[in-house]
Parts: sequence; structure tokens; C-alpha cells
Amino acid sequence: MRRLILLCCLFIGSLSVVGQTTVSGKLRDNRGKPVVGASIAIKDSYDGATSDSLGMFRFTTEEKGEKLLMISSIGFNPLEKNLVLTDKPVELDLQLKESPNELKAVVVTAGSFEASDAKRTTVLNSIDIVTTASANADVTAAIRTLPGTQQVGEKEGLFIRGGSGEEARVFIDGTLVNNFFYSSVPDIAQRGRFSPFLFKGTIFSSGGYSALYGQALSGALILETIDLPERSSANLGIGSVGFSGGYQHLNKKKTASWGANYAYSNLLPYFELVKQRVDYFKVPVYHYADANFRVKTSKTGILKFYGTLQLNQLGLRSADIDSLTLKNAFSLKNHNFYGNLSWKEKLARNWKFFTGASYSNNRDQLANELQDQDDKPVDIDYLPYKAKNYSGDISTNLAQVKSVLEKKLNGISAIRFGGEYLYFHDDIQFSDSTSRQAILDDHFKAAFAEADIYITNNLAAKLGGRLEHSSILDKTNIVPRVSLAYKLAEKGQVSLAYGIFYQKPERNQLAISRLLNYTRATHFIANYQKLTPTRTFRLEAFYKKYADLVKVSPQLNNSGYGYAKGIELFWRDKKTFKGVDYWISYSFLDTKRDYLNYPFSLQPNFAANHTASVVLKKFVTKLKTQFNASYSFATGRPYYDFRYNSSDNKVEIADQGKTISFNNLSLSVNYLPSIGKTNAKRFTVWVLSVSNVLNQKQIYNYNYSYNGLNKRAVVPPANQFFYLGCFISFGVDRTEDAINNNL
Amino acid sequence: MKKIFFLFALMLAFAAGFAQSEKYAGAMKAQIAKIEPAVQNGGFTDLVNSFERIGDAEKNQWLPYYYAAYCQVMSALIGTDKSKSDALADRADQLISKAETIAGAPNSETHVIRSMIATAHLTVDPQSRWQQYGQESAAFLEKAKQLDPTNPRPVYLEGQSKFYTPEAFGGGKATAAPVFEKALTMFDAFKPASEIAPAWGKSATQYFLSQCK
Repeated sequence: MRRLILLCCLFIGSLSVVGQTTVSGKLRDNRGKPVVGASIAIKDSYDGATSDSLGMFRFTTEEKGEKLLMISSIGFNPLEKNLVLTDKPVELDLQLKESPNELKAVVVTAGSFEASDAKRTTVLNSIDIVTTASANADVTAAIRTLPGTQQVGEKEGLFIRGGSGEEARVFIDGTLVNNFFYSSVPDIAQRGRFSPFLFKGTIFSSGGYSALYGQALSGALILETIDLPERSSANLGIGSVGFSGGYQHLNKKKTASWGANYAYSNLLPYFELVKQRVDYFKVPVYHYADANFRVKTSKTGILKFYGTLQLNQLGLRSADIDSLTLKNAFSLKNHNFYGNLSWKEKLARNWKFFTGASYSNNRDQLANELQDQDDKPVDIDYLPYKAKNYSGDISTNLAQVKSVLEKKLNGISAIRFGGEYLYFHDDIQFSDSTSRQAILDDHFKAAFAEADIYITNNLAAKLGGRLEHSSILDKTNIVPRVSLAYKLAEKGQVSLAYGIFYQKPERNQLAISRLLNYTRATHFIANYQKLTPTRTFRLEAFYKKYADLVKVSPQLNNSGYGYAKGIELFWRDKKTFKGVDYWISYSFLDTKRDYLNYPFSLQPNFAANHTASVVLKKFVTKLKTQFNASYSFATGRPYYDFRYNSSDNKVEIADQGKTISFNNLSLSVNYLPSIGKTNAKRFTVWVLSVSNVLNQKQIYNYNYSYNGLNKRAVVPPANQFFYLGCFISFGVDRTEDAINNNL
Repeated sequence: MKKIFFLFALMLAFAAGFAQSEKYAGAMKAQIAKIEPAVQNGGFTDLVNSFERIGDAEKNQWLPYYYAAYCQVMSALIGTDKSKSDALADRADQLISKAETIAGAPNSETHVIRSMIATAHLTVDPQSRWQQYGQESAAFLEKAKQLDPTNPRPVYLEGQSKFYTPEAFGGGKATAAPVFEKALTMFDAFKPASEIAPAWGKSATQYFLSQCK
């Protein structure tokens, strides 16, 4: 017994007899730079330290024997090291490996601008798109303030780096959108059909885009729709061109939502107030209805549906160019349905799955009638008048499905692959003095694979390939897409991109001949970018080579060719002027192409050599008002009078010139009286916008009469556009949703 | 003999346990004392690491991770390089999740930290993040108040949020002052559960209140 107590006393005594060991050392990363603020700890003890500004650390411990030293720091892989602690000091020289980190890693930026609400610092976010003064709630109009795009006012579409409007495509949730813009009206550019509030992410690629997308020679606008709303809400809007209303319901568990919206626009009152150059005998009227549902299929999966039905019509009368007394009355009736269903899910073992399906149907019923002074129809049976009485009924359908599988490999590297199937069915009926009909069916299939390879956090490569087959051309193509990015310092990086891009000829060309081939462009892009949360600087140079462009004269074939090269600059700054956010973009473009009816290689009439935009935003807290301004400038674009000489079977240039330079200053004001009230039941936004505030003359192009003696400027239907609207959202704070919902 | 041995073993275990909790409380107190000076002089990273070491070693105490998260989010809030704030706030989020797991459920104090984490994300880009993180931060403060109506810290943070909100948006010094006064009376009445339970915020409340006048 006594012995036992003694033993115990001895044992307890030994607990308090302790020696201390000093552990010290230095921590470095793979480039030999000190790691600051790292935690160094002996496992299961309180002992440890934090590395200082030189990466040094030192601490003492009373622990003895074999222990595990654990080192960790944000952005590095944790490190463990076995130590044997005696009383002797331990000195260590340790290296930490940077952990792969999506937020920190270099991103390929050559050719692309990303706008999203994700945590990553991006050049633009969704609100930026909505509050750009010249945009009037049109996604593509906001994109036109970025480098690489042209200020084209006579035709819809994005004219990117010497490419025509048809050569850029829009994708929503992964699938191609066939009729993103309202149907064409001669000499007047049309808006996009889709509200910017539908989208949470926007990637604008002015070249060198991913192998997941194809069939666009110059660029792609890739849009991602929003997920579940934050709350249920109803909204109402009224403005100078119409009204809108809608409801979104979110279930109690916040796992599913549904909603529907309706908007009606009628420009009659507006045209009464603001005189238009053209005489609208049918005032533009637009009906827009949409329905959506979004369901969380698991913690990581979401199923989304968006469908819209749109009906609109207009009729406008303008003076005929070939005669002093006659007029052309053009009318258009458009029906459009678009539906998109997509499902995204994370699977086990770092696999991700995406599938999307969409269907669209668009029908344009258009007609042109030659009329006299009293608006009575006139029938003249010789050229050019013979061709001026025409009607068309054009129906286009596109059904498609696309699937992508992705696997993450050790951290952030990834491979993805998949395929898509698109079924185009177009029915074109056209009659002037004769009637013609063409039915075009194309089963278009593509398979693609892409790998994101991160050699380190600072060096990444994206390698991709795409295989396409079109049944109407009965041709297959296979293309490579390669890009590289290297991070120079903490915030600066360089990227390079190369790729080959194919595109089918336009449907009106295929209607004449199916013996055409794909048109082709090869892109080379080099880019430097420096990005901080408050400032962005980008410099990009590109060279593009076109081959197999479609020629329509003297023969319809693929003998066209061309090139485009240029330098672009982008600067955004939220820091220098307090509370002011602005960006500047400048593009220099040198391009020539021989295509369509061009007699030889020429600078196309949609390409200006110099284009610049300045966009400014300032929120004045005291007034609860945001002021936005944007100024766009472009040097004059060339215009041509092409004349077919039947004796030589050649097209000649009878006349040519350059338009005056383009200037547009737009202003907009958003007043948000309920901002800041966290529990407001109602949220109101007032919007006022004016385009071309300085009333500067804008000439887009020139049209020539049949005999070439009369030349007329293509100008906008009115110099200025004014908009005033008020949007109220009930039950939820939807500040940005409310601005310009259906303008 | 056996009985004595058993008794002794029990006594030893108790003594060791007592020594252990003594050591824990001592270490915690020593680190907690360093928080107030860190607000002025920096050194939050050091504190985060120290609290985390204690948390890792103890395994069933939620307070070390709670303080680690608090220090981590403070380092984001007082840091001038906002490009780092998201990573720091995410780290604080991991730490407070650990604390909540050990505590069994979120409590008033952990909700206070979560509100601060949302604020840290908000400050990176207030204009475009206000809608998401502003609401999130306010919602966590509400939950914190519901779970413990006597906790003065959510009231203090509510005052701080009002203090920094422009007058045009329903904030400003005049509206913040009564909230700080309320928080101060609550601080006077508040009895921390233990010597190492959360007790911070009173001097900051006094400071802000003095700035309101």
C-alpha cells in the first residue's frame, strides 16, 4: 500500500518535471517566397505559432517524444511533419505547395469578357449591363460598349471584329438561340427579345471561344439564366411604351419556384409625341408572355424551364428611292415561341452533368407594297418596280438537345465532353412576280471534348476539339481550339488563344443552292489583363483569317475570303473618382473581305476602323438616384454602290464613299425611393432615359436607286429616343429586376 | 486493495481532468485578453491560429473555434485589401461551422459571427452585393436576437450597421444612437456564462455612441 502511494507520488511528480523544446524555422512557397500568417501547430496540443512577415516562426513546447507538426495557411495545401521532441532545439526549413484554387487560379481571358455575380472578380456584372445608359435594357446594346464590337444601327446583331451580324451567335443555358433578336425590318436595327433580368451570367466572347460551342465565325454571347428567386413577389410596370405585370412564387422550403409574366407594348402614344421619319401605318405592337419553373433536384442540382410566346406586328411606309412620287409600305407580323429546359447536377466522384433541350418556332409574315401618293397600291410591270411588290412567309424551327459531362481532376483541372443534336426545319415561301418555296431540313450533330489543364495555379491550358456534321451540306468538319494563360504577378496575366471556326451558309443562300460548304475563320488572339477589384486593364490583339466565305455574284459558291486584325483596349476604374464607376473601350480594326456581291476584297460596310465608348455611372446616395451616361464614337464606315455589268458578267463599284463619323451620348437616371428600407413591402424604381442627347446627326449607310442616280442616307427613324417608366415590385426587393423590365 | 486502487485511479483522473480544464481556461483567458489590443494593433491571424490550436486539441469545446472565427472575420473586416476578404470570410465560415457542430446547434453567439461574415462579403463590393449579403447579415442578427433576447451583441452590430448606412437609406448617427444606448444597457445587465464566454462589444458600443454625439 505504502509502496503504491509512493509510486503514485512519483508519477504525479514526474508530470510537473518538464523540459522545454524550442521549435523554429522558415516557411516558403514553391517559388521561394515567404509564407506569411501560416499556422504551425503540434497536433493535440496548444503549442504552436504563426509565421511572421519573413515566413519565420518560433515557439516552445513541453511536449515530448514523437509528435506530428501541422502547418496550414489559406491558399496552400496543409503539410504534416513528424518530429521527435527531446530537449534539443528543432530547426526546420519547410516548403508549402499552393493549393489549386478556382478563385485564385489564372483564367483564360483571351477573347472573352465574363459578367457574373459569382465571387470571382469579373470585368462586368449583371447590374452593369442593366445600368448602361445606352442599353435601354437590351443585353446586346450593353455589350456594344465593350471592345471588339461595332456601332451598327441599321441592322440587328453583334458585329464583332470585322464579322457580320450573322456571324455571332447567342446561346442560352448552353443551347443555340435561333431568333435572339426581333425580326429584321429594312434599315432599322431590332432589339433582343430577352430581358437582361432573365440572366445571372453573361460571357461575351469576341473570338477564340470554347469547343463546347460552334457555328459562329466571329463570336458568341453565352447567357445563363437565373436560379430560384429569393422570395415570392409580384411586379407591375408602366412606361412610355407599355405596361407589364408578373408573379414569381417560391415554395416555403425554398426548393422550387414558378412564375409568369406578361408585357404589352404599343408605340402609338410615343409616336404621337415624338415624330418619326417613317410613317407607321401599323404602329408597332408587342405582346410578350413567359412562364418559368425552377426546381432544386438535390443540394447541387437544378432543373430550369423558361418558355416565352411573343406576337408582334408593325407596318411602315417610306419614300421609294427610284421615283419621286411612289412609296414602299412594308409590314411584318411575327410569332415566336421559345422554350428551354435544362438540368444540372453534381454526381459522385467529381463528375458533373448538364443537359439542355430547347425548341423554337418563329414565323415572319412580311409584305411590301408599292403605293402612290394616296397610299393606293400600284402595279408596275418592269424593273425595278416589278420586284417591289412582294410577300414572304418564313417559318423557322429549331429543336435541339445538348449534354455535357465534366470530371474534375486533382483540384481544378477538368475534362468535359459531350454532344449536341440540332434539327433545323425552315420553310421559306416568297412571291413577287413569281412564287417560290424552299424547305430546308438540317440534322446537325456535333461532338466535343475539352480539357482544362492547370500545370500550376499560374499556368493553365485549355485544349479542345469539335467534330461537326451537317446533313444539308453533307459535310463533316473537325476543329481544334487551344488557349493558354499565364499569371505574371498577383493580378496581371497573359493569355493566348487559337481556334478554327466553321459556320453554315445562311438559309436564304441554302435555299438557292445546297452545293455550298461551311464558311471558315481562323483566330489568333493575344491578351494581357490586369484585374483588381476596383480596376481593370485589358489589351488584346487579334488576327483573323476568313476562307470559303459565300459569294453570290458572279456565281453562288464558297470562293470568298478575307482577314481582320486589330488592337483593343479596355479600362475600368471604380477607384480614382469617389463614387464614380467608369469604363473606356477602344477598338482598332483593319479588315477586308471578298464576299456576297463584292467585286474584290473590300472593307465591308459594317466595319469602322476606330470605335470607342465611355460608360459612366454614379449613385448619389442623398438623392437615392443613379446617374448613368455613355458616349460612343466610331469613325465613318465605307459604303458602296455595287453595279452588275451583264456584258462582262462582273460586279463593279459605281460609287463609294465613307459615312460621317458616328456619335451618340446617352443618359439615364434611375430613382429608387425605397432603397435601403430593409423591410419594405414595396419596391419602386423610376427610369428615365434619353439617347442621342446632343441630337447629333447619325448616318449608317447609303442606299442607291436602281439607276444609280439617286443616293439616300440610311438614318435612324428618329434622332432620339426617350423613355420614362415606373416599376413596382411587391413582397421582395428586386431593385435591378424592376428597372426597364419591358422597355 | 482493489477498492483503494480504484478510488485512487478515479482521483487521479479527476485531478488530471481538473488540471486539463484549468489549462484550457487559462490558455483561453490568455488569448481572449489579446483580442482587444489586436483591434488597435493587428495580430488577428496569430489569434486565429492560437484559438484553432486549442480547438483542435480540445475537440469538444466550441468556444475556441468560435473565437477563431471571430478573429478571422475581424481580420477581414478591418483589413484594407478587400480582395482578400472573401477568402478570409470563407475561412471564418468554416471555423464557425465547426463551432456549431461541436455546440450541437447554432446559438445566438454563432449567429452574430455569421452576420459579421456576411458583412465581410458585403464590403468587397457593396453596390452589387448589398442585395444578397445585406439581407443575409440582417437576417442572422434577427435570429441571434430571437435565440437570446438578452444578448447585447446583435443589438450593438445592428447599431453599427445603422451607423454606417447613409441617412438617405434610413441610417445615420441619429438613428444609430438609441440602438447603441439600448445595447449599452443590455451590456450592463448581461452576465457571461463563464469567464471565457463571449463578452466583447461593450467598449466598442461606448466608442460608437461617443461618435454619434
